[in-house]
Amino acid sequence: MEVSTVEWLPSSSPVQLPDPNHPAPEPSRLLAAYRAMVVGRRFDAQATTLTKQGRLAVYPSSRGQEACQVGAALSIGAQDWLFPTYRDSVALVTRGIDPVEVLTLLRGDWHCGYDVPSTRTAPQCTPLATQTLHAVGLAHGEARKGRDTVALALIGDGATSEGDFHEALNFAAVFRAPVVFLVQNNGYAISVPLAKQSVAPSLAHKGIGYGVRSEQVDGNDAAAVLSVLDTAVAHARSGGGPFLVEAHTYRMEAHTNADDAGRYRSPDEVEQWRQRDPIDRQERQLRESGHLDDTAVEQIAAEAEEFAVQVRSRMQAEPSTDPADLFRHVYAEPTPQLTEQLAQLRAEQEAL
Amino acid sequence: MAPTSMAQALNAALRDAIAEDERVVVFGEDVGKLGGVFRITDGLQDAFGEDRCFDTPLAESGIAGFAVGMAMAGFRPVVEMQFDAFAFPAFEQVVSHVAKMRNRTRGAVALPMVIRIPFAGGIGGVEHHCDSSEAYYAHTPGLKVVTPSGAADAYSLLREAIEDPDPVVFLEPKKLYWSKEDVELPVTTEPIGRAAIRRRGRDATLIAYGPSVPLAMESAAAAAEEGWDVQVVDVRSLVPFDDETVTAAVRETGRCVVVQEAQGFAGVAAEIAARVQERCFHSLSAPVLRVSGFDVPYPPPKLEHSHLPNVDRVLDALARLQWDDQPDVKWLDAREGAA
Repeated sequence: MEVSTVEWLPSSSPVQLPDPNHPAPEPSRLLAAYRAMVVGRRFDAQATTLTKQGRLAVYPSSRGQEACQVGAALSIGAQDWLFPTYRDSVALVTRGIDPVEVLTLLRGDWHCGYDVPSTRTAPQCTPLATQTLHAVGLAHGEARKGRDTVALALIGDGATSEGDFHEALNFAAVFRAPVVFLVQNNGYAISVPLAKQSVAPSLAHKGIGYGVRSEQVDGNDAAAVLSVLDTAVAHARSGGGPFLVEAHTYRMEAHTNADDAGRYRSPDEVEQWRQRDPIDRQERQLRESGHLDDTAVEQIAAEAEEFAVQVRSRMQAEPSTDPADLFRHVYAEPTPQLTEQLAQLRAEQEAL
Repeated sequence: MAPTSMAQALNAALRDAIAEDERVVVFGEDVGKLGGVFRITDGLQDAFGEDRCFDTPLAESGIAGFAVGMAMAGFRPVVEMQFDAFAFPAFEQVVSHVAKMRNRTRGAVALPMVIRIPFAGGIGGVEHHCDSSEAYYAHTPGLKVVTPSGAADAYSLLREAIEDPDPVVFLEPKKLYWSKEDVELPVTTEPIGRAAIRRRGRDATLIAYGPSVPLAMESAAAAAEEGWDVQVVDVRSLVPFDDETVTAAVRETGRCVVVQEAQGFAGVAAEIAARVQERCFHSLSAPVLRVSGFDVPYPPPKLEHSHLPNVDRVLDALARLQWDDQPDVKWLDAREGAA
């Protein structure tokens, strides 16, 4: 078996455009990405505000990671599958999923608020890296059915320490499953910096030992993220097997609204990353290439504001819940024990 | 009728399920060419090809998580965990995903899959090759948990588990793999969710499941020589649990002993004893007793016989069922600190 390991190695530093191996995406896609990032950031800010108003139990912000969020959603088609984590709400919104349904998990009226089969988007996953294995199994199953579906699994830097990530890479490689793993390396697993998480040359290098083609990219450059993910998705779709992409980015906010990032990182560090803001960079590039002007920027900002207004207004309504739902989706048919317990609950409610 | 071992019956169930349903795929460690370390998948890869029965990398969480994805893609995975104690790396996938996917998605994503686990002891296995892990699974809402005690049930329960819309943990008593039963396959026995009365009796009811059923039958035969007419209930389906059959059986006899191999504390027998006591209190002439393994890590082969319940231990429990209306001396002694 011929294995040319060199071509599977990630580049020595994160890919930035222009790059001879990675063509720049079409201006229309870059404009779409810019628009989605602006809307996504406004959504993210709105969600954070909703936690302060008590409308959400918690919200893990992805502010600063918009290039990765949007790149992920725009690099796959409606027929493909996305396997997101709890921090990937902006990717889901960009994928076209109803933002209120995306926030259901965090509002707490149910676990997953959107329709998984029709959106071809797995529930947002909290146990780290566990859903990467589902992506591999699904991708293998789809390939077995003769479809050219690609599964895109999102994880963070901390999750690359989890066993399931390694098992998923290995299974994907052995079964040559059409899966793309996108690691959003935002520098911290809650408070633990990458240096205490891994001493690998890069997280992308973790693919190499498993025979998974890997690349690293500047995760705050939407054009570069899209370009590298295009390569990865095409590789997987054409039968080349799995592909691992590490995107170097930064979480501008704390882990969640309940976290205090000031305990583990300096304002100087945050400021350095603010200089590399993905939306500012994309806006600058599009203006320089003549694809964006003041009017368009204002119009997109207005769209984002309208999006946030809609989310805010719809989230003001108290969600309706039915305690009987507790018993409805445990099994296809409730067990005799659950039927008894439902009757008990109903009796309790009637006694009120 | 032909003498058929449980291993043969399980193999036939897998074979027939693969032949009849193109969605069924069997995978795990060494299930391909080798046919599994217990040979339950013997010949399946030869007969149906590598698409239908295949080896995976050696990673149990990977196997379970991969099965979740394949089920999401419309397959019906039947995965093998090589030994009960080797299934623990898959525990997070089983508890956090296999059991919960239907619930998380409000019923939109079902995971019709079977996790086959050789379980319990009695085969002289060295460390980490025997365990009784049923309580972990039975305690997890969203999983069905079944265990056969003979070849006919093994075939029927496995076929039904594969067709079930919910994930099923299928516990195969290792020591019964080679025990034979006269049965003509295919066969259909009671459905999942129903217990079965294996022996009728008037004086006391032994409730058992999986590996403890043959022990209960043997104990009932021995008890007959002592003058007790003992009934035996085979639970078969730990989840859903058949309160109806169990309750009716205990009410008929007024005395009850629950027998399990597993360590007793917080075990399935404790749950059964509590349910029986709640439902049958006014029919009971004695407290519900349990016979189980001790609360110790699974012992080495040379000590296994001291750990596992045996006929004498079951007979001792039967003897303590207050036949003369006297309090159980065991607990009187315990009050003195003698236990």
